[in-house]
Amino acid sequence: MSINTMSIKDIAVVELEGSIDSATAPDVQKEVLSATENQIKVILDMNKVTYLSSAGLRMLLLVYRQIKARNGNIALVGLSEEIKDVMSNTGFIKFFVIADTIDDGVNVLAKQGGG
Amino acid sequence: MIIDERIDYYPTHVSQGFKLRRGRPIPFGATMVPNGVNFSIYSSASTSCTLVLFERGASEPMVEIPFPEEFRIGNVYCIIVFDLDYERIEYGYRMDGPFDPKTGHRFDKTKILSDPYAKALGGRNTWMKPPNWDDIYPYRSRLVFEDFDWENDCPLEIPIEDLVIYEMHVRSFTRHPSSGVKNPGTFSAVREKIPYLKELGVNCIELMPIYEFDEWENSRRHPETGELLVNYWGYSTVNFFSPKAGYAATGKFGMQVDEFKTLVKELHGNGIEIFLDVVFNHTAEGDHRGHTISFRGIDNKTYYMLTPEGYYFNFSGTGNTLNCNNPIVRNMVLDCLRYWASEYHIDGFRFDLASILGRDPFGYPLSNPPLLESLAHDPILAKCKLIAEAWDAGGLYQVGSFPAYGRWAEWNGKYRDAVRKFLKGDLGMIGKISQRIQGSPDLYCYRGPTASINFITCHDGFTLYDLFSYNYKHNEANGENNNDGSNDNNSWNFGWEGETGDPEINSLRHRQIKNALTILMMSQGVPMILMGDEMGRTQHGNNNAYCHDNEINWMDWNLLGKNTDLFHYTKKIIHFRLVHPVLRICYHFQNCDYVGSGYPDISFHGTKAWHADWSGTSLVFAFLLCGKHAKQGTINDDYIYVAMNMYWDALNFELPRLPEGMRWHVFANTSMPPPEDINEIGKEPVLENQYNFLVGPRSVIVIVGR
Repeated sequence: MSINTMSIKDIAVVELEGSIDSATAPDVQKEVLSATENQIKVILDMNKVTYLSSAGLRMLLLVYRQIKARNGNIALVGLSEEIKDVMSNTGFIKFFVIADTIDDGVNVLAKQGGG
Repeated sequence: MIIDERIDYYPTHVSQGFKLRRGRPIPFGATMVPNGVNFSIYSSASTSCTLVLFERGASEPMVEIPFPEEFRIGNVYCIIVFDLDYERIEYGYRMDGPFDPKTGHRFDKTKILSDPYAKALGGRNTWMKPPNWDDIYPYRSRLVFEDFDWENDCPLEIPIEDLVIYEMHVRSFTRHPSSGVKNPGTFSAVREKIPYLKELGVNCIELMPIYEFDEWENSRRHPETGELLVNYWGYSTVNFFSPKAGYAATGKFGMQVDEFKTLVKELHGNGIEIFLDVVFNHTAEGDHRGHTISFRGIDNKTYYMLTPEGYYFNFSGTGNTLNCNNPIVRNMVLDCLRYWASEYHIDGFRFDLASILGRDPFGYPLSNPPLLESLAHDPILAKCKLIAEAWDAGGLYQVGSFPAYGRWAEWNGKYRDAVRKFLKGDLGMIGKISQRIQGSPDLYCYRGPTASINFITCHDGFTLYDLFSYNYKHNEANGENNNDGSNDNNSWNFGWEGETGDPEINSLRHRQIKNALTILMMSQGVPMILMGDEMGRTQHGNNNAYCHDNEINWMDWNLLGKNTDLFHYTKKIIHFRLVHPVLRICYHFQNCDYVGSGYPDISFHGTKAWHADWSGTSLVFAFLLCGKHAKQGTINDDYIYVAMNMYWDALNFELPRLPEGMRWHVFANTSMPPPEDINEIGKEPVLENQYNFLVGPRSVIVIVGR
C-alpha cells in the first residue's frame, strides 16, 4: 500500500494503491487524514486499489465523516467494477461522489463548491 | 480530562506468544474491546474449555488457548486476547466433559464448536459452493463491525392493522434469470426490486429464514431423476445471530451484515417494514445421529429437550427440540431478538412452530410460558410485531389460544381453511366465513382483529395459482414417493389437473385467484400474501417445495407479462384496502350502530338485503361496512359492500339502501373480463341500477357508497 498526494486547484487528490484491508487500513487512514487536513475538497484516486475489505470501507467512511464535518466534499475516482459493486451492495457508495476520471471528479467538486 | 489509557487495556498473562487478560462474562460472544477481543461462553457441565483461533479460511488453527482456571466465573469462560485482527480471525471452542448420553452429556473435545453468540459465520460464504467436507471446523465464528451508519433510520412502527405482508424467500424472489437483477438471489437483489414491491403496494416483507443455515444439510440425490435436493428453505438454524452469507452478493467477502442492513435501511426509506421468520424450535444438529456443530458440544442438556433416556424430543419434526424455557436458552432467544431489533432494525418476527416455545423442558405445554411472556414484555422488543405460528409438530394446535399477553398475533390457519373451503363451494361455511372476515372475533374475542394474520397461501402448501389448478399434491420431485406434504389442501382444479389450454378453465382459475385476493383484502385482520401469487406463480402442484433450488421455487418474472390481469388486480385491491380505514379496524365490530348513522358498523346480507342466508346449503354471503364507523367513528370513510357468490350460477343480489344522497359505485367485479374487473380508485363508475346487482357465478363484487 502506498499513497501519493497532489493538488489540482483547491482540491487535494490522494492516490491510493493496493489492497486496503484490516492490515493496511489504519496506516492508510492516518496518511489520508494528514494529507487532507483542513481540505474541504478531496478526491481519492482509487484506480490502483485492488481490494477493499470491511475495514477498508470503514476507513473511507471515516474520511468522509471528517471532511463532511467541515462541510467539505469527497469524490472517489476510478473504482473498479467489482469494488463499485461491493460498495453499492453494502450501502457505502451513497455517501460519496463517484467519478470515472480525476478530471470528472475535479469538475463535479468544482460545481458543488465547498464550505 | 479524557482518559484514553486504562490499566485494563493491557494484558496480564501470556500464552504461546498471545497476550491475555481475564475477560468479562457479559456480553456472551466475541466483543471488540480496546486492543483486543473479549471472548465469553457459557457451559455448565464441561470440565474445561479451549479457545481455538484461525486465520480466516486456514485449515489448521493458529493457536489453541486453554482458558486458565481463574478466567472462569460461575459457568462462564471469559478471556481477552490482545492484538487480534478483527477481520482476519475466526474462532471456535473445544469443550471437554463427559460423553454420557444417559445423563444428557455429549461432550466431544475433538470437535471445534461454533459460538452460539457468533455474529457471523464463515464456511458457507457462497450459495451452494461445494464445501470442504474434511474441514475440521466447517462453521466458523467471526467478528463483525457493529458500526453501521443508519443515518436517520429506525423501525417504522406502522400500526399492525395497516400492514399488507408479503411472504418472501430471498433467493426465490430474484434467482430466476427473468428477474433482470445484477446479483440474483441476494439481499442486494431484493433491494433492487424495491420499486416493484412499492408498485404492488405491500408495506411489509416477511423473509423466510435468513439466519445462517447450511443449504447442504441432508442434501441428497433424487432416487430417480438424480436431481440434487438441498435444504433450500433453511428452516434449520446453524446460528441465530448471523445472517446467511450465501444470501449476500458480498458474502464471499464476509460483508453480509452490511449488505443486509443496507437492505433494511432502504426498505424503511421506502416505507416497507421487514419481518423475519425465525426458527427457535430446533437447530441444525439433528438427533443423536446428527453433527456436533455447537450447542450439543457446549452444553447438550441446557440447549435441548431430552427424554429420560437422553435422546432428543422431536416436537419440531426435524430431530431435536430447542429447550426454550430453560432460563439460559430463554435468555439466548431474548438476546438474539433484541440484537436483531436493535442492531438490524427489524420490525417484527414470525416464530416458526411457536407452540414449542410454550413447552417446558419435558415437553409439557405451560400455562404461563416464561419465554413468551418475556418476549411480550421486553423493553427493546416493545414495538416489534410478534407473530406466532401457533402449532407444532408434536400435536399442539393453539390457533385462538396461543398465550398472547396482549402482544402476540397468530398465523390464522382457520382463516386459510375456511376461505379455501368457501371458495371451493363447500357447504356449511357461511357462519365461519362471517367470523373470518370480521377478524375472527370467535377466536380473538379479547385480543382484537389484529391478532389475526389472515392468509390463504404461504410457503407451506400450494401457491394460489396451484390451489385452483390441482386437486392433489404433486411432490414426486421431492424424492419421497409423493408421501410428504399435506393432503388436506382444500383445493380444486376446475376439471383438469394442472396446466390446460382450455380458456374456460383458465378464466375460472383467474377469477378464483381474484376472488381469494378480494376476500383477503376485504377481511379485517392483517393480510399476508405469498410471493408471486400476484402473478400466478406455480410450483406445478408441489405443495412442499423445501428442497428445490430450481424453477419449482424461483419466481418467474415472465409471468408478469403472461398474467397482467392478476398483477393489475392485486395492485388495485391492495391499494383499495390501504385507502379505506373502514377495512382496517383495530377493535372488534360491535355489530350495532354506535355513532348514530342508522347503520350498524357491519351488517350481513344475502341475495336479499338485510337477510343473510345462514343455512347449511348457502353459498352466498354479503356484508356492508358503514363508513361512518371507520376507526370507531373518528374518520368518515365510504360505505363498502362486498358480495360473494360461490354458487355456480349468477344470482341477483338486492343491495342495501344507502343514506340519502349517496350512490353505489362499482369498484371490483371478478366476473368481468379484465380490465373491467377492477376500476380506478376514486373513479369508480356509478351503478346504473342502485337496487340490485347480478353477481356472476363464483364471483365477488366490491361496491362503494359515497
